Amino acid sequence: MLVTCNKELQKFFDEIICQVKTWLMDMSIEKLVVVIKEVATNVVVERWQFDIDSDKTVTKDTKREVSNKQIQDGIRSVIRQITASVTFLPLLEKPCCFDILVYTDKGLEVPTTWGETGPHFIYNPEEVRLKSFTTTIHKVSAAVAFKKCD
Amino acid sequence: MAAMSNHSLEQAMSVALNLGGTPTRRQVDRRPVLEQQVAGGIVNSSIMLAKTPSKTQQSSVGVMSSSKKTPSAKTPKSAGKRKTPNKGSKTPGGGDRFIPSRVGTQLEAAHYKLCTQTTPSAEAWAMLSPSQQQYRQVMNENLNGEVLSNKIISFNQKPPQPPDGYQNNLKVLYSCGKQCSSQKKKVRYIPQMPERILDAPDILDDYYLSLASWSSQNILAVALGGSVYLWNATTGDITLLMELDSSSADYISCINWTADGHHIAVGLSSGNVELWHPLEQKKLRTMTGHAARVGSLSWNSHILSSGCRTGAIHHHDVRVAEHQVGALLGHTQEVCGLQWSPGGNFLASGGNDNLLNIWRSDPGSNLTGSNSLYSFNHHQAAVKALAWCPWQPNVLASGGGTADRHIRFWNCNNGVSLSAVDTRSQVCALLWSPEYREIISGHGFTHNQLTIWKYPAMSKVAELTGHTARVLHMCLSPDGSTVVSAGADETLRLWKCFAVDEEAKKMKAKATQKEDRSALRLHMR
Repeated sequence: MLVTCNKELQKFFDEIICQVKTWLMDMSIEKLVVVIKEVATNVVVERWQFDIDSDKTVTKDTKREVSNKQIQDGIRSVIRQITASVTFLPLLEKPCCFDILVYTDKGLEVPTTWGETGPHFIYNPEEVRLKSFTTTIHKVSAAVAFKKCD
Repeated sequence: MAAMSNHSLEQAMSVALNLGGTPTRRQVDRRPVLEQQVAGGIVNSSIMLAKTPSKTQQSSVGVMSSSKKTPSAKTPKSAGKRKTPNKGSKTPGGGDRFIPSRVGTQLEAAHYKLCTQTTPSAEAWAMLSPSQQQYRQVMNENLNGEVLSNKIISFNQKPPQPPDGYQNNLKVLYSCGKQCSSQKKKVRYIPQMPERILDAPDILDDYYLSLASWSSQNILAVALGGSVYLWNATTGDITLLMELDSSSADYISCINWTADGHHIAVGLSSGNVELWHPLEQKKLRTMTGHAARVGSLSWNSHILSSGCRTGAIHHHDVRVAEHQVGALLGHTQEVCGLQWSPGGNFLASGGNDNLLNIWRSDPGSNLTGSNSLYSFNHHQAAVKALAWCPWQPNVLASGGGTADRHIRFWNCNNGVSLSAVDTRSQVCALLWSPEYREIISGHGFTHNQLTIWKYPAMSKVAELTGHTARVLHMCLSPDGSTVVSAGADETLRLWKCFAVDEEAKKMKAKATQKEDRSALRLHMR
């Protein structure tokens, strides 16, 4: 696991997470994708996809009984799988950068700081499904796609 | 009705454009395009008005679709269709000379889009309105090839770029086990097993020392802890040359034979350099001057150069009483690789500060200084393995440590990096084989192998495995056929990997002789 202490990066994440949080709350988000691409060629080498299945029948008043521990365990197991994925993912030899894509409802008004973009697919990828967890309101299932090793 | 009106309009247009002349072929050919434009104009105008009932809209859609169909039928579609699959079969990557790479294009989705577009739905119709946003939506849809049920957005501000020259630390751990795919067919038979294994108990497992040296008299000297043993490769006799006082913590840090093989220089951890006579087993002289251990030695006729842990390189003239004739201060950390070029023009030194320095030695010039001829900082780890090419006197090969793993080649006449190859393992030693024009490298984690490379192609010829710990030192026998490798597993292994095929050599020599003779005869006539 990497915990960043880069101030610039922290600020970047804070802004994104704050925005994603509001979208999660009004259930307009469907997918969150982290792509890793090579700086020089802009070729996507890894694509981490988190499908968010939200139960739209839920309103502010409905309450679901799921213990915090159960959710945390679910998240933990996904993170564990992600950290363990170094064993099968190809090594990133060249300098890379990442980007975060968000799939939202079609009708959503895009904030000025955000812009539309492509899906950043990988050509001829290898795919591995990871575990999922649910809060009974949001169900998150993770998957990683990566470029096949030559 | 729509078709009729379309036809009359077309006629009117053609008359207007023809300017009274007879319609030429080109104009006839152009007509479908015109037709389409006109149809588009009709559609647009109907939208702009937005008052026409839906029925007429439908009909105008019909016009549009039919007009779209007509040009497609007239264009030589069938020929194009026949050509494309042929091209595809030739280049499996899907590229041609116009679009070299089709990576990222989704042909299936694009095809689906094309097919569904011929009959536009009410929704698609709505998108044809000139509003900028809708136009963008269509573009987005067509480009991404996804049946849009959602928007894909990303934060405009991009994350900070990685710092320049950043290297993944885990690279060492995760990639060294991989086999290089460019393993070529062997050209000759190379025995995979060592010819002989000798025990080397207590050999120090230290990357920065050089503890083995093979003389031109065919005697292999090995330093084991505080003693130097000589192994006569011809007879197999072992003699103990010297032993340090066992009560002191000193050890022997490097040994090196003179070119003629009559004397041996021994560097100690105390900083002293000693000269020994191997036959009489007698110390000839002790040369002091270094403040820390001497990790590397190299002879250039009567000049002995020694590299120290402090980063200093001293030149000793072994003939005179005031032995220290020069000092080179180009390294800030331990000098672990030191090698004079065969002609004595250059001295290469590699240090733990990841630098590779080339020093020039002009006759008559003083040997002191801190400015090297060239200083290469390409290696990302300590540079221990250094070897000058025997047949190209300016070419130097250097190998880096665990974090670097590259073998690099340099032209020291102009200071140019010739090439580099990633070996995926620490490079501890390098040797050239003049017979086969190959280079052999000794490696550490994970396979502890010796790799033979063809130069300059740098294709792998063979890998010799057997050591159970890293290969620290390597020497070539005087006849050039055998390589001895000293490993941290306390063994010396002798590999007969450059065995000379005498018969083939004779034949070759004969052939060249004949050629020479015939050339001579030609000349005489």
